Amino acid sequence: MRSAKMLTITGVLAASAMTLAACAAAEPTAVEPEGPVDLRMTVWTANEDHLALFDSIAEAYMAENENVASITFDPLPFEDYTTTITTQIAGGNAPDLAWVLENAALDFVGSGALLDLAPTFEEAEEFDYDDLTDSATGLWRDGDGLYAYPFSTSPMAVFSNSTLLAEAGVPTAGEQVAAGDWNWEEVAANGAAVKAATGKAGFIVRDFEYQQWDLLSTVWNGWGAQPWNDERTECTMDSDEMAEAFEFLHEAAFETGAMPGPGTTADFFAGEVAYTVTQISRAALLGEAGFEWELHPLPAGPAGEYSVFGQAGIGVIADSPNAQAAADFLAFFTNPENSRQLAQYFPPPRESLLTGETLAQTNPLLSAEQLDAVVVDGIATGVTRPTIEGSAEIQQTVRSELDALWTPDADIPAVLTSVCNAMQPLIQG
Amino acid sequence: MTLTTVRALPSRAPARPGGAPRRRPSRHRRQDALVGYLFIAPQALGILAFVLVPLGLIAYYSAHEWNVLAGTFRFVGTENFERLFTDPQLGGVLQATTVFSIALVIANLTLALVLALLLNRRMRGVGFFRTVFFSPVVVSLVAWTIVWGFLLQADGGINGMLATIGIEGPNWLREGPTAMASVVIVQVFKNVGLNMVLFLAALQGVPHDLYEAARVDGARPSTIFWRITFPMISPTILLTVIITIVGSLQVFAQIAVLTQGGPGTSTTVLVYYLFQQAFQFGKFGYGSVLAILLFLIVLVLTIVQWMLRRKWVFHEN
Repeated sequence: MRSAKMLTITGVLAASAMTLAACAAAEPTAVEPEGPVDLRMTVWTANEDHLALFDSIAEAYMAENENVASITFDPLPFEDYTTTITTQIAGGNAPDLAWVLENAALDFVGSGALLDLAPTFEEAEEFDYDDLTDSATGLWRDGDGLYAYPFSTSPMAVFSNSTLLAEAGVPTAGEQVAAGDWNWEEVAANGAAVKAATGKAGFIVRDFEYQQWDLLSTVWNGWGAQPWNDERTECTMDSDEMAEAFEFLHEAAFETGAMPGPGTTADFFAGEVAYTVTQISRAALLGEAGFEWELHPLPAGPAGEYSVFGQAGIGVIADSPNAQAAADFLAFFTNPENSRQLAQYFPPPRESLLTGETLAQTNPLLSAEQLDAVVVDGIATGVTRPTIEGSAEIQQTVRSELDALWTPDADIPAVLTSVCNAMQPLIQG
Repeated sequence: MTLTTVRALPSRAPARPGGAPRRRPSRHRRQDALVGYLFIAPQALGILAFVLVPLGLIAYYSAHEWNVLAGTFRFVGTENFERLFTDPQLGGVLQATTVFSIALVIANLTLALVLALLLNRRMRGVGFFRTVFFSPVVVSLVAWTIVWGFLLQADGGINGMLATIGIEGPNWLREGPTAMASVVIVQVFKNVGLNMVLFLAALQGVPHDLYEAARVDGARPSTIFWRITFPMISPTILLTVIITIVGSLQVFAQIAVLTQGGPGTSTTVLVYYLFQQAFQFGKFGYGSVLAILLFLIVLVLTIVQWMLRRKWVFHEN
């Protein structure tokens, strides 16, 4: 019996050791496949129209390229997108191509996880590499290399519910613009009036939910505030400008009621909110809106007019055995012709396509004037949402510290000082 | 109250005088043994693949720094373990974990025992009530938590009901004390039915003649409970305490869905912190160290309870 026990224990240990050794030795190796390859791209949209468009472009590519047997678009939930990608890479199940969120851009570009696409794009005949705008590609460059194609450069804008504003007896957004009153102070005042008159919400920053604090860059840029300095080495959340921006938001949430407080939900697209800050690509949700709506650039703040845009890049995972085939497909997927099709959902980073007239051809809900004012000007003059290396930990740390600010009696400067105390070691680290 | 002892049969015949060589097992016995091994093979393979190998890998990863994006895997020795002692957040995390576990165990076991006592009697509709209290156990955990998340919103169902009687409810999930209380309550209602059923089974196993004798002697209901019922169901109490404590240390979905560890870090329990470090921040090495810490906490608590059982478990079958 003793020998049987010993045998069992030895077997278990040997199996464990072998597994450990196998895992430890499993260095990623890029081996060029011999036959046709299967490509997989992770995306965070599950929209059927988006996926149908992707599939049609992929089918056109496979018809002309026999070295690719299949191209799969693999939707992942947006909330955990970067975590899921990282886990897939850790588990040896990395995709060949991946959408990359702007807040993770520096982590992906700086780590060497992505293939340099510049040589492939420069060689591809129909790609027109020089057509890419500098402002849209800046986040994805490192030296002369381009590590992702910024396939969606979507300016943050304000959609307003004219029906609700009229019901509250305050000017519509268009009337505010015409009167030169398109600024945060007036938006908050009208929002508070809407709340008082109708019980509905005044304004929201969509998806902020008192968690995604970096979305508040659509507000604090109006005060000239930044979360860190240009070198990303020093926290500036405790600056006077930032404190004033947060005082504005705090007053709207806890005093005037212009902005719904923590734990209260309101959906602009269901007609529950007068103004929402969101990306222009959300216009698709207004197809069957039961109210009159308008689209305008972000309101001016005390520091003047400004613009913020969100970005998503498509990168090729450098360790993929199909990396070059994936890069070749990406060059086709994002060439001018296909970018024109994709532009109906994802504003492209191409100078030739960034005109209100061109974009209006594929955006039936928006006029050329609206697209010129919001998209073309926004991308030309705007900044991206805040991004920094180690973004996941910094995002979580700041969220945790800012929770103390979202209470009625919060000491705003003190909270922002504690935010910097918590953030600074992570920036330096 | 019977103590049953089964003496193990000798595994083989006594040694023969003179140390004669043992006979090889017959073919029939070898076949029996093989069948036995085949029966336990699925479980053994499962434990090997999903318990032992991951445990080994966790120990291995804990001594390394793994940058998934850069594809680097570097040996760092005890560096990750040393970080346990300098991590400024770990104290708060352990405190939140302790508060959650203690509150959950007390609330869950008390409520389960009260429900079991109330439903351990012959009355109309008792089956219906047992089903009602047990049904959350079979509901999807995430679905259950999401529904509670809506109810606990500032303008959610619970505050709506409170408003009808003139009470302004708190912002349950956004204020530290109420956030922790909310997570505990959601978890209690989810699993109280399981402990209730275990207590019901134990209560129905208590011999009736003990109660009759106590009543004949004029014992009061509280005396009967503390002197007869409680000692007789003490093995089940031990079982439920162990199950509930171990379960409380593994709570994850409720935190992830309801509070994401907030407000601040007031509901960041150890498992959620481990998830953040390993999967959100990409610190697999330190995450592995936290997993080892959790494993050791569960192991020590279970061993301590098992050793203390002789002091507070009245009998064992």
